[in-house]
Amino acid sequence: MTSLSVALHHSLPELILAIGALGITLYGALRGRPTDGLATELAIACLGLAGLVILLGSNVDGVVFAGAFVNDAFGRFMKLLALIGSLATLTMSQNYLRREGMDKFEFPILILLSTLGMMMLISANDLIALYVGLELMSLALYVVAAFHRDNARATEAGLKYFVLGALSSGMLLYGSSLLYGFAGTVSFKGIAAAIHGHASIGVVFGLAFVLAGVAFKISAVPFHMWTPDVYEGAPTPVTAFFASAPKMAAMALLARVVMTAFPGIVAEWRQIIVFISIASMALGGFAAIGQRNIKRLMAYSSIGHMGFALVGLAAGSQAGVKGVAIYMAIYLVMTLGTFAAILLMRREAGQVEDIYELAGLARRDRGMAFLVAMLMFSLAGIPPLAGFFAKWYVFAAAVEAGLYGLAVIGVLLSVVSAFYYLRIVKIMYFDEPAEAFAGRSPAAAWVLLASGLLIVLFTVAPGLLDSAATAAAKSLF
Amino acid sequence: MFGFGILSGLIVLPLVGAAFILMLRGEDEATLNNARWAALVTTIIVFAVSLVAWARFDPASAAFQLVEDRAWLSSGIRYKLGVDGMSMPFVLLTTFLMPFCIVASWRSIETRLKEYLVAFLVLETLMIGVFVALDLVLFYVFFEGGLIPMFLIIGVWGGKRRIYASFKFFLYTLLGSLLMLVAIMAMYWQAGTTDITALLGHKFPADMQKWLWLAFFASFAVKMPMWPVHTWLPDAHVEAPTAGSVILAAILLKMGGYGFIRFSLPMFPDASAYFAPLVFALSIVAIIYTSLVAMVQEDIKKLIAYSSVAHMGFVTMGLFTMTPQGVQGAIFQMVSHGLVSGALFLCVGVIYDRMHTREIAAYGGLVHRMPLYATVFMVFTMANVGLPGTSGFVGEFLTLVGSFKANSWVALFATTGVILSAAYALYVYRRVIFGVLDKPALAKIEDLDAREVALLVPLMLLVIYYGVHPQPILDACAASVDHLLKTAAAAVSTKTALIAP
Repeated sequence: MTSLSVALHHSLPELILAIGALGITLYGALRGRPTDGLATELAIACLGLAGLVILLGSNVDGVVFAGAFVNDAFGRFMKLLALIGSLATLTMSQNYLRREGMDKFEFPILILLSTLGMMMLISANDLIALYVGLELMSLALYVVAAFHRDNARATEAGLKYFVLGALSSGMLLYGSSLLYGFAGTVSFKGIAAAIHGHASIGVVFGLAFVLAGVAFKISAVPFHMWTPDVYEGAPTPVTAFFASAPKMAAMALLARVVMTAFPGIVAEWRQIIVFISIASMALGGFAAIGQRNIKRLMAYSSIGHMGFALVGLAAGSQAGVKGVAIYMAIYLVMTLGTFAAILLMRREAGQVEDIYELAGLARRDRGMAFLVAMLMFSLAGIPPLAGFFAKWYVFAAAVEAGLYGLAVIGVLLSVVSAFYYLRIVKIMYFDEPAEAFAGRSPAAAWVLLASGLLIVLFTVAPGLLDSAATAAAKSLF
Repeated sequence: MFGFGILSGLIVLPLVGAAFILMLRGEDEATLNNARWAALVTTIIVFAVSLVAWARFDPASAAFQLVEDRAWLSSGIRYKLGVDGMSMPFVLLTTFLMPFCIVASWRSIETRLKEYLVAFLVLETLMIGVFVALDLVLFYVFFEGGLIPMFLIIGVWGGKRRIYASFKFFLYTLLGSLLMLVAIMAMYWQAGTTDITALLGHKFPADMQKWLWLAFFASFAVKMPMWPVHTWLPDAHVEAPTAGSVILAAILLKMGGYGFIRFSLPMFPDASAYFAPLVFALSIVAIIYTSLVAMVQEDIKKLIAYSSVAHMGFVTMGLFTMTPQGVQGAIFQMVSHGLVSGALFLCVGVIYDRMHTREIAAYGGLVHRMPLYATVFMVFTMANVGLPGTSGFVGEFLTLVGSFKANSWVALFATTGVILSAAYALYVYRRVIFGVLDKPALAKIEDLDAREVALLVPLMLLVIYYGVHPQPILDACAASVDHLLKTAAAAVSTKTALIAP
């Protein structure tokens, strides 16, 4: 095989998405309005195909495109998560977009392009590829945030997201330029070799800026300000997308950068990660208590969960990366399930978002209430549900690394967050029933059922995810 | 089947029953009856299976028996089950009391009965799991998983302040448990495994033991509950439905004591010896203070809740004496308290179902209309006081003997608790049962019906039987307790030997 064919072989999933996005653009442009659902279905097929290629394709690792692109077990694991996130949200969005009159063919294309950006980001092996992937992902996200363009809230969300996102990109670029200037190379491995054990002040400066830029994307405190507003303003399927797939990509990138480019200066970046981790867990826990809008509540919840995932990263060990991988996988399932439930919160008059609309759900719709309750307990980290194991892995890694203080603060803050998850269970189970929801969305119901079953049954066979994540973590070291 | 043993069967069977109840469709009376019978039959089958497990169990051996070991999470965290003399009594207590809980809820639960029964069956699975788990992580999963069904039971079917009580119960116990979780992680990295049998043989450094001990103590002391972290208990007890109170008092509280015996004493012997005075002090405060508090309660359930805290004080005191009498007495006291407090809550449930009030002042002179009830209630009140001839006496006596050996001052103070418990128990009995029946609402109150007799009489017979013949329980745990104390003593004495020269 020539080197080009090897390179194309390693980037086959990305190629499928890129070609699919171009093809659907042509199809949509030629067909004009009104659109049918074919564009969305084709996009779903592309995502599914890319996922299958990763899942069933060869497990051969490789670094191609002159060292810019790496295909390894960690990348495949996180790409699969990002693809699942995109696939599930796109499937759930169809019904919603049609009802709200937003079913334009551009939507699936933007999702595809954004997902392509995420895959590039996950596989990025130098600073240039990192920035290209990040911008491809983010630009598509800005547009979908404001996709409901006649709605003032959605437009505001899109604009806010764009301005703050641009700022974070600027910080990332500035940090990258510092790193390049001090290390003399953009490759992650090269940076690691150049700084080798002792970091000059310039490198640490650059590192801090890069971390700040990425922290924007995973909405970690103190770079979280956009999250509640954007989550609330964006159309619900878009919010589901924001909360799931991009988080996978950004967290994967963060893990790859600190582990491959800065393994020698763990102490320097650890203090930053520990700080944003504690700040995220605390803010996510306390700020969510006062929320009544379920999308805002989930925004704070996702801030908190990113804080918990960072606990694993702070450990800076293989067990820590494994913990992060498992945490993200379980977080993805829980988030998709929760947003599926939010999409099902619909009356004749339209979508509702107040948590008290769930009142007495246990008597109106027993199955849905049970699944949502399990999701809430799982988000709170109560065994025997999957959310507990997610916390187990990251906190165990932190304890192994001797970060007892972080672990104790983390578990205490998880009690705070348990309070507002319990409140949702209380509203569903203990309160008097409100009016029933109308207008079922089969796709969302299926996603809710699948994620509910996964988190309940995870404890029966946790070994599968564990071994996959072990392999993924090993490939970073 | 699939290579799973009898203990897995005990864990899975209630879930099978729960799944069956979930499949029943419809809300008519016939379906609800089917659900009730399905739950009752399931719990009886589970009890029968646990008796089979008991028959296969050899009390003369201190080793873990009926062990199952399968891969679960990777790297040293396995699905491992087994019982020894210290867990077998609790397994039997759990499976024995569950049918009573189902029967106690036969008519008194009027809304969402199917969910109620499912919650109880799931809770049974988790409780059995706690007592048979031989892996720390697995233990923790069962231990904390029990919060979910109990939260729903209190919150959905509880009394007026159910929401406050359910949140308090959940968050209080969660906070304690999570500190234990961090300790479990530390043990995992120190010892490289979470297998309880391996950890029992592992020696943790003395400094680390103290931290680990405190973290475990945070969890078990809340669960137990010990003074001053007992305040969730009266709320939870008062608001929970009758069967929920029974389970709380009889089994959930025992998880704390079981945890002390299974983990704190054998795994951290140095720290246990170091902190024993602290435990004694807290136990004595619990025994005396909560007995005094119980005396002024207006609510019968609250009174029993405070008396539970006092009785658990005897258990913690007995355990940390590290004497055979103390530890065996504590185990006996826990089993006995499970029967007695469970029965007392059932007794309160009987009059609550009729009058829908738990206020002591609303009753009086019940003996005139309910002679049978007065008799049964009398037996359990006496057992609660610790009258010789009832099971309550044996446990309290043994723990006091143990503590007298360890520290006679402790025994002196604890004994005053026995007097105080007689005071509040007899006082409440007089106000509820004796006196003139002059309240018009009580004029038509009915005596026990057949279902209630079937519910209370077996418990009564058992309480008296164990009062005069405590040997079965003491024999069951003797070998394991002996082994526990020998290893603990050996660990502590080698430590001092190392320091002395």
